[in-house]
Amino acid sequence: MHKILIVGEHDGKTLNPATAKCVTCAGSIPDGEIAIVLLGSDTAAVAAQAAAIAGVKSVLRVDRSENEHPLAAIFAPQLAALAADYTHVFGPSTSFGKDLMPRIAALLGVPQVSDLMSVEGAYRFKRPTYAGNAIVTVEADPARKLLATVRVASFQAATGGGSAAIESKSTAAALPSHTRYVGAKSGSTDRPDLQTAKRVVSGGRALGSAENFKLLFSLADQIGAAVGASRAAVDAGYAPNEMQVGQTGKIISPDIYIAIGISGAIQHLTGIKDARTIVAINKDGEAPIFEVADIGLVGDLFQIVPELERLIGS
Amino acid sequence: MQKIMVCIKRVVDYNVRIRVKPDGSGVMLDGVKMSVNPFDEIALEEALRIKERGTNIEVVAVSIGVADTQQQLRTALAMGADRAILVQTDAAVEPLTAAQTFLAVAKKENPDLIFLGKQAIDDDANQTGQMLAALWERPQATYASKVEISGGKASVTREIDAGLETIEVDLPAVLTVDLRLNEPRYVKLPDIMKAKKKPLDVTSLDALGVSANVLLKTVKTEPPAQRQKGVLVKDVAELFDVLKKKGLV
Ligand SMILES: Cc1cc2nc3c(=O)[nH]c(=O)nc-3n(C[C@H](O)[C@H](O)[C@H](O)COP(=O)(O)OP(=O)(O)OC[C@H]3O[C@@H](n4cnc5c(N)ncnc54)[C@H](O)[C@@H]3O)c2cc1C
Ligand SMILES: Cc1cc2nc3c(=O)[nH]c(=O)nc-3n(C[C@H](O)[C@H](O)[C@H](O)COP(=O)(O)OP(=O)(O)OC[C@H]3O[C@@H](n4cnc5c(N)ncnc54)[C@H](O)[C@@H]3O)c2cc1C
Repeated sequence: MHKILIVGEHDGKTLNPATAKCVTCAGSIPDGEIAIVLLGSDTAAVAAQAAAIAGVKSVLRVDRSENEHPLAAIFAPQLAALAADYTHVFGPSTSFGKDLMPRIAALLGVPQVSDLMSVEGAYRFKRPTYAGNAIVTVEADPARKLLATVRVASFQAATGGGSAAIESKSTAAALPSHTRYVGAKSGSTDRPDLQTAKRVVSGGRALGSAENFKLLFSLADQIGAAVGASRAAVDAGYAPNEMQVGQTGKIISPDIYIAIGISGAIQHLTGIKDARTIVAINKDGEAPIFEVADIGLVGDLFQIVPELERLIGS
Repeated sequence: MQKIMVCIKRVVDYNVRIRVKPDGSGVMLDGVKMSVNPFDEIALEEALRIKERGTNIEVVAVSIGVADTQQQLRTALAMGADRAILVQTDAAVEPLTAAQTFLAVAKKENPDLIFLGKQAIDDDANQTGQMLAALWERPQATYASKVEISGGKASVTREIDAGLETIEVDLPAVLTVDLRLNEPRYVKLPDIMKAKKKPLDVTSLDALGVSANVLLKTVKTEPPAQRQKGVLVKDVAELFDVLKKKGLV
């Protein structure tokens, strides 16, 4: 039997949907039993959410004041200790998981499979390399514990309706004091979360200014979409970093992705390969984005976007 | 602050269109342009800026790879690193092995800071820095977009999914850098000439007591599923019709 421990991601109030996607991934490991572990200062609320995910056998709570903020240096020794009872330890390939999981792997002296995109067997997986241009099948040694981050865009979230047992855990792991949380700044928004949104409107360098990006916000709000951006747009200061889509930004899989004034560099396309429908609006008919777009329109975004908004509104 | 170590990886240049070998044994690497991993250039640039603000800070560039990796280390020296170390190997070096190797180098060099890229653009593993920090039993600050050093501490702003986060770490520490930390300088011709005279030591995994275990076997490499080429619509009205029919707006 395979015992899989999933490191849950949360902000103290809400369980990140990436966790339920990890459960789906773990669910395809043959003969597996799934537990979710939550570290925090008070995980009661998120533990209840985790316990409701179908397919989860148990939820472990590790509550202590040092766990208030997700610092890898603090979390990793505790998780390395808890990993003893498991054959697999999975985390989401979000900035939280990517920061944390390799630190646990190194403490355990085992390798990590990054961005696991499909399960071919209990120790055989597919993952993307070269910005998604080469998919490799890797095989790990069953004699060792297997650590992995799960590429969340590759999996649907597991459904609700579960009723896992919740238990409190503590570890004797010594925690370092060399790493301290100072603060965070996030662009709070009422729009859907980019990583889980069904619809995404995204803008590139062509927008030309932060002011012009409002065109996209307006369209997005009209259709209930999240807003994304290319690296060029973020670098130029038109949009904040958390909106970047691509190899080094977010990898997303919405039902519809509307790319506006984005050329379609491979590093950008990596982030949207799993979108169900890609729509491209670009004034250059030769732009590479049209090679992957399902629906393309050649023209000036400054005319097209307001007109599209008007048609949708009418 | 006396010494900063920067890890420099030789990778396929980011402009190269990657092709998978027809027999599935890997990607075609013969004759393709190789460069310094873009994130590692940013890492080195940050180290150089810290050096230029301080006094008597040495910047050491370290790489693990084939003999030709000397080219990338010469680039690092031309950018301004003081000396370089190549851990020469033809072996496949997994992130854990890379971290063990950098640990061995760090134990000899005792740097105050180790900079790495947040990920290498070939294997995209995003692991090495975090693993090195764990093995070195030191702090890690990943995805840095702003770094301030003072009084034996680093205050690091990190790019995370929700926005920006700031943490403070005691030195020595491992920092991995993100794209917006800085814009790397261009190398000038006189610097390339000067770099030829800077020391570049070659050592081996054996000499450092590290073995390149293959813990993850790559059994197959294949191209990604291709998307079907779509349709062009002629105007906004048609775009709206198609979207509406598909229930997308
Ligand atoms: C290591 C590395 C990592 C990277 N990671 C990422 C990443 O994660 N995400 C990412 O996006 N990029 C990433 N990049 C950058 C990437 O290579 C491209 O530079 C970037 O995606 C370009 O952004 P863009 O399409 O907005 O800009 P451009 O390439 O400049 O394209 C602008 C487009 O807008 C069109 N246009 C101009 N005016 C109009 C108009 N009025 N109406 C309609 N269309 C118009 C133009 O025809 C053009 O196609 C990375 C690069 C490197 C080296
Ligand atoms: C000849 C050869 C064959 C290989 N074959 C395989 C194979 O079949 N399967 C396989 O999984 N891997 C193989 N590798 C290794 C693979 O290409 C990656 O180097 C390895 O998995 C590390 O992943 P990463 O570079 O993406 O690490 P990341 O964790 O993404 O790297 C982050 C940072 O760590 C530093 N870093 C990492 N590696 C080095 C290095 N070598 N030198 C200097 N700095 C470094 C850089 O600063 C980099 O920005 C091979 C390597 C070589 C040289």
